[in-house]
Amino acid sequence: MQELVNRAAELLADGSVARVLGWKAGDLPYNPEPAYFKNAEDLEQFVYNGFCGANLSKYMIEASKQSGKTLIFLKPCDTYSFNQLLKEHRVDRDKAWIIGVGCHGKLDIEQIREQGVKGIEQVEEEGDRLKIQTLYGEKELSYQSAMLERCSVCKGKEHKIYDELIGESAETGSGERFGRVEDVEAMSPEAKFAFFRKELSKCIRCNACRNVCPACSCRKCVFDSNQFDSAQKANVDSFEEKMFHIIRAFHVAGRCTDCGECSRVCPQGIPLHLFNRKFIKDIDELYGAYQAGEDTDTKGPLTDFTFEDAEPGIVAERG
Amino acid sequence: MSIEAKHKFKPKIVAFCCNWCSYAGADLAGSSRLGYPADVKIIRVPCSCRVNPMFILRAFEKGADGVILCGCHPGDCHYSTGNYYARRRMTLLFSMLDFLGVENGRTRVEWVSAAEGVKFSTTMNEFVEKVASLGENVRLGDLRCRN
Repeated sequence: MQELVNRAAELLADGSVARVLGWKAGDLPYNPEPAYFKNAEDLEQFVYNGFCGANLSKYMIEASKQSGKTLIFLKPCDTYSFNQLLKEHRVDRDKAWIIGVGCHGKLDIEQIREQGVKGIEQVEEEGDRLKIQTLYGEKELSYQSAMLERCSVCKGKEHKIYDELIGESAETGSGERFGRVEDVEAMSPEAKFAFFRKELSKCIRCNACRNVCPACSCRKCVFDSNQFDSAQKANVDSFEEKMFHIIRAFHVAGRCTDCGECSRVCPQGIPLHLFNRKFIKDIDELYGAYQAGEDTDTKGPLTDFTFEDAEPGIVAERG
Repeated sequence: MSIEAKHKFKPKIVAFCCNWCSYAGADLAGSSRLGYPADVKIIRVPCSCRVNPMFILRAFEKGADGVILCGCHPGDCHYSTGNYYARRRMTLLFSMLDFLGVENGRTRVEWVSAAEGVKFSTTMNEFVEKVASLGENVRLGDLRCRN
């Protein structure tokens, strides 16, 4: 971490970047938050630890509109999102100085809590162990058991776009990416419906999934109110209430890099990545394997076609 | 004895028809005196590609029991390629609805040319029958209801 701070301070000092986009310590030990750093003094707040799961690439949209370069720290999976935004002309490559940071999986506080750890005061990472100081004494967990779901199906630790690299990565992907999607697909229509009704009923329409999603980068979102000057709204229209997640998943279909931020930020723990992965799985099966954000020049699956595409009736035939 | 018992379930069907082929096909079905159920409400669109997947969801939300999209045969699109894009979108949308547990008989895409009055009529008859057998659409309406 010190290496990142030093390099950031160096670039700020010689004027090659005007600001740094990174993570700063939050009010709790497990919630560092994305932040801008303007000078060496600000950088004292900088952190980079296992809880820095936040994908910073979306912030680059606003940073691209400001004068001067922005230093942005990207983890391997974040570079896919950055590439996708670049492809859609939402970010300016010349305005970004990308430092690729190493990643050995990011932590999920919910996974830690699930293992019965309460009253967390401090978390220390020691190799593949986590030492947690709690109000009730010290606890130890394996790092692996506390990782975000998305890290177990990691796309690889290679940065797809960067100016320089700092830090080592370690492979974490061992899970089956479409495992849960397949489980749901195998259910009967009644069971599927019951499952999704249960999950989606938890939704409180806080819009966190939309706000964090790097693919949801429209200036004016269809879910914004056109009658009031509020940027967000909830519970206004029954249509949006019911269909919000289907529509949102469709809007990012073919552009979702599967960064998993939607599920990470959901305060209700809805497995929102299932919708996106279902689309990714269908696209892979029907139109050939495609990974959004892997490059900046191929056509997205929904802005392309072939004469031999499957007919929509295939859904019914497949059963 | 309830009054409803006497009435057979009449599904509400929304049919999006492209202006250049399917709408003309529906006209031909009419002028050829081929019948199709009055449950089908046709919405004319400039191209099958005009149909945003949200239109289909909106139709279901407004009480439709089935939604069918008709367009020119692939290769015959008035705008050359519109229906190819529509084909990909609809495949993915239908697959998602199936994933959510919505019966896949409620959605359909059919290519009907301006010369296929017979096909239009038989397609609509078949589709209405299928949706009628599935009954009222409740699943897309209450995904969020806690009951």
